Amino acid sequence: MSPVVKQKKEKFTIPGKYLLLFFSIICIVLMIITYGTSIFDKPFNAAVGYVIVPFERGIGKFGEWLANRSEEFSDIKSLLAENSELKDQIAKLTEENAILSQDRYELNSLRTLFELNNQYDSYSKVGARIISKDSGNWFSSFIIDKGTNEGLSEGMNVIAGGGLVGCISSIGPNWSRVTAVISDGNHVSCQVLSTGKTFIVSGDLELMNSDIISFSMLEDEENIVTVGDKVVTSRISDKYLPGILVGYIQFIETDNNNLTKSGYITPAVDFENLSEVLVITDMKNNDF
Amino acid sequence: MIRKLVMVVGAFILFLLQSCVFTQFNTGGIYPNLLLLITSIYGVMHGERAGIITGFLLGMIFDIFYGDMIGLHALILMYIGYLNGKFCGIYYPEDIKLPLGLVFLSNVSYGILTYIFEYLIRGRVHFGYYFVHIIFPEILYTMLMMIVIYPLIVVIYNGFEKAEAKKEA
Repeated sequence: MSPVVKQKKEKFTIPGKYLLLFFSIICIVLMIITYGTSIFDKPFNAAVGYVIVPFERGIGKFGEWLANRSEEFSDIKSLLAENSELKDQIAKLTEENAILSQDRYELNSLRTLFELNNQYDSYSKVGARIISKDSGNWFSSFIIDKGTNEGLSEGMNVIAGGGLVGCISSIGPNWSRVTAVISDGNHVSCQVLSTGKTFIVSGDLELMNSDIISFSMLEDEENIVTVGDKVVTSRISDKYLPGILVGYIQFIETDNNNLTKSGYITPAVDFENLSEVLVITDMKNNDF
Repeated sequence: MIRKLVMVVGAFILFLLQSCVFTQFNTGGIYPNLLLLITSIYGVMHGERAGIITGFLLGMIFDIFYGDMIGLHALILMYIGYLNGKFCGIYYPEDIKLPLGLVFLSNVSYGILTYIFEYLIRGRVHFGYYFVHIIFPEILYTMLMMIVIYPLIVVIYNGFEKAEAKKEA
């Protein structure tokens, strides 16, 4: 009989410390690489898109259905009140509409006179459904159910209800992430429609809950910009197409330097209750 | 093997819950941090390695979907999982106080770290505002979810423990 006793082979495991070190290095390298470049975006986004998005699509629909049911019950009363209010509004709007269509007729004839084409109408758009919202509390972005397969690409502008929502900041084959203009750290170059003065609109987490966005760097020595003025994206913005409605000026004050003004804007889009958005497939041409 | 599979599926379900279902209900714009919750619980239940792997994988998915820099949340969650795993030795499933306290501490440090790395370095210095409006409600909500989810995880945990004990006997 052989003296060697066969021992049960011990299972090989890496100690926690080394595992931690190994993954830490991976994380830090990835952070450094992705901070400056976007070379990993494509494979990662594609992989995650095929694993998670199909589930999110299903659950997103279910969650929406559930939320809609619970809202339906609580809303009947408020709907009745709203209905009568809206009827009044319709009457008012029909009258306004008549006046406006006259204006529009005049505007169109003037436009043809100046040989300007109506840009806003001519953008081609694609509808998309929001399937998931940012699951953290620190940013405002969401995932829509269309991606490169449907011809979208990074940097395309997203609108809803006639106002600017944001732009596509990351994309996979069947999904894309839209960063909202109200998100902290997001800046848009805008102009006041009536006067053409440009300034910077920036999202801010502290203001996000009160549904306003702040603006700054408005040069207005003549004090012609007033509360209620329409704000649209400017022609000098590098990301956004010109002339998309952003919101209305709600509050305005002179800065301490006495040269520029800043204040708040009420966005044209209701960010709380977004479910469908339109993606403008025309891109701002930065080639020149 | 089956046990690991169940753990992965559980974590996956919580991620989907967080990003799809909770965001549909309007709770003042604040969501519970289920990724951190499951990382912390797996860490304290199964030890350092489980905490590290769960934190890394969930953080990675979060970063690819929502982060600007891939790896930051993975790093934070991984260390949280690792540190929670240190308490594995004194953990008993019947005692909810230890994991609850650990989830609380983890969430506080997660909030502060996120604030430092994402906001403070961009010159946003109103820490008080962020604490009162984001970090604190998130912690409350996460603890609430913990009380709901934890018994379920314990039932699964005990089931597997029993099955394993039978196998060895």
